[in-house]
Amino acid sequence: MKRKNTFLIFMVGLVYFFIFAPLVLIALTSFTTESYIAFPPVGFTLDWYSKVFANKTFISSFKLSFTISLAATSIALLVGVPGAYALSRNSFRGKKFIKDLFFSPNLVPQVVLGFALFTFIIVRLRLNVQAALLLGLAISVVTYAFRIVGASIESLDYAIEEAAMSLGANRLTVFFRIVLPNISSGIVSAFLLAFINAFNNVPLTIFLSGPGVVTLPVAMMSYIEYNYDPTVSALSVLLMLMSLAIMLVSEKLVKSGR
Amino acid sequence: MPRLREPERYSKGGPCLRKKSFWLLLLPGLLLILVFLILPIARIVLPTFQVEGQLSLSLYQKFLGDSFYLRIFLRTLRVGVVTALISMVLALPVSFYISRQPGSRKGIFIAMATFPLLTNTVVRAFAWITILGREGILNNTLVRLGIVSEPLKLLYTEGAILVGSVYLFLPIMLISLVGVMENISDETLEAAQSLGANRLTTFLRVVVPLSVPGLIVGSVLVFAGASAAYSTPLMLGGNKNMLLSTLIYQQAMTLDNWTRASVIATVMIVTSYLVVGILNQVAARIGEKTT
Repeated sequence: MKRKNTFLIFMVGLVYFFIFAPLVLIALTSFTTESYIAFPPVGFTLDWYSKVFANKTFISSFKLSFTISLAATSIALLVGVPGAYALSRNSFRGKKFIKDLFFSPNLVPQVVLGFALFTFIIVRLRLNVQAALLLGLAISVVTYAFRIVGASIESLDYAIEEAAMSLGANRLTVFFRIVLPNISSGIVSAFLLAFINAFNNVPLTIFLSGPGVVTLPVAMMSYIEYNYDPTVSALSVLLMLMSLAIMLVSEKLVKSGR
Repeated sequence: MPRLREPERYSKGGPCLRKKSFWLLLLPGLLLILVFLILPIARIVLPTFQVEGQLSLSLYQKFLGDSFYLRIFLRTLRVGVVTALISMVLALPVSFYISRQPGSRKGIFIAMATFPLLTNTVVRAFAWITILGREGILNNTLVRLGIVSEPLKLLYTEGAILVGSVYLFLPIMLISLVGVMENISDETLEAAQSLGANRLTTFLRVVVPLSVPGLIVGSVLVFAGASAAYSTPLMLGGNKNMLLSTLIYQQAMTLDNWTRASVIATVMIVTSYLVVGILNQVAARIGEKTT
């Protein structure tokens, strides 16, 4: 297949245009001086960006989304990494069942989980919305921690651990001095992927919101319902920059980890 | 880091951890999932099969017997299936092209496809509002060029949901397909061509059949994702084109009808398990045939 295939190239161009054009359009419209979303954009201003930072709801919901996602991701890793380690280092009957359990959060539609957690945590247990958000997001991303870190652990030779132990290190030392440094790039990519997914979550967090406790994507959605101005474009660009930063950091770390 | 020996030999041989430490490591994760996933879902699913203390399916008969809800259910299935099909058609040639690129370029193509996946779904749906809306970019352009005299109704239609869903999930199909197409060797393709197959025949009779595992994985992910997505159908479909995911929110939070919301939740879980289960069965069959 040496000769260039025009049809293939056309399809590739079309699909990547389809993928990027909408995002580029948003970025362009965020600089317009008109008070509505205009294309081609008129003039150039950064006003819409300052409007984002002046919007109290956006700022407080960003803070909430950021801290809750960070905390939920930490919980997911704290329970997922030991779990993945235990499963990969032992084989026993029922291993597949337990593995499936760890994968099950990805099989349940997020709206269903949101509704179930709303009736259980908020209505039945009477915990506050923040607790519900924290647990719900931890559940919804635990599979990333479990799967990605699990893959790193599987590819780590157990002989290294045995060697360390035969030289007198105990289990705990081996885990912290041998296993953890070797799977650090897996942990970092699991962390970043889980964080961005928790941060972006709508279907779960829309059920788990209360007065003054609204995640950023949900706040953004209700803003769009009543307003159609380039503030949302500006906020979208800021969020895209955040995703881009996370992606670049994770690429870099994964590469240096190899 | 060089790969040392086969890692599995040690780890799969037998228990390497003592029983107590094994359970100690596993317990927190298991508890989290059992208490805050399995239990809450069982609490909403199980009561729907009981009416006045009797085991009964009448709630489901009522739900699916109502043409309003049945239409929403069928629309949900249709959006899932059609999104998967369109993604497949678009992704097959493109992922084939990507899979034939040298390593670093392949990485760039894959990273570019991954980027939208890390972007908020609200942002991505909003982009399509600005394109498809009444005063949107597409309508403005069409009117200015004189192709249509009045703006078309593009937004708040099932078509808009489909466009938005393909936009959300096409990257997943691309990545799943590149994963399997990478393993098709150049020699295989050359062999087909040296036997007289042209490029299209090679693609359709060699590449596509060898990509079936990736097609199935991709379809499972795209169908499950598109039929359960929330913000895209809400923002692009509007009130007239509800899917089960937007219906469950309306029933639970706006109308406080938790029984119906629980029925919808169960329908969604069962549907996704059935589709995933059937496709996995198909994948297993094909796996048996080829090995």
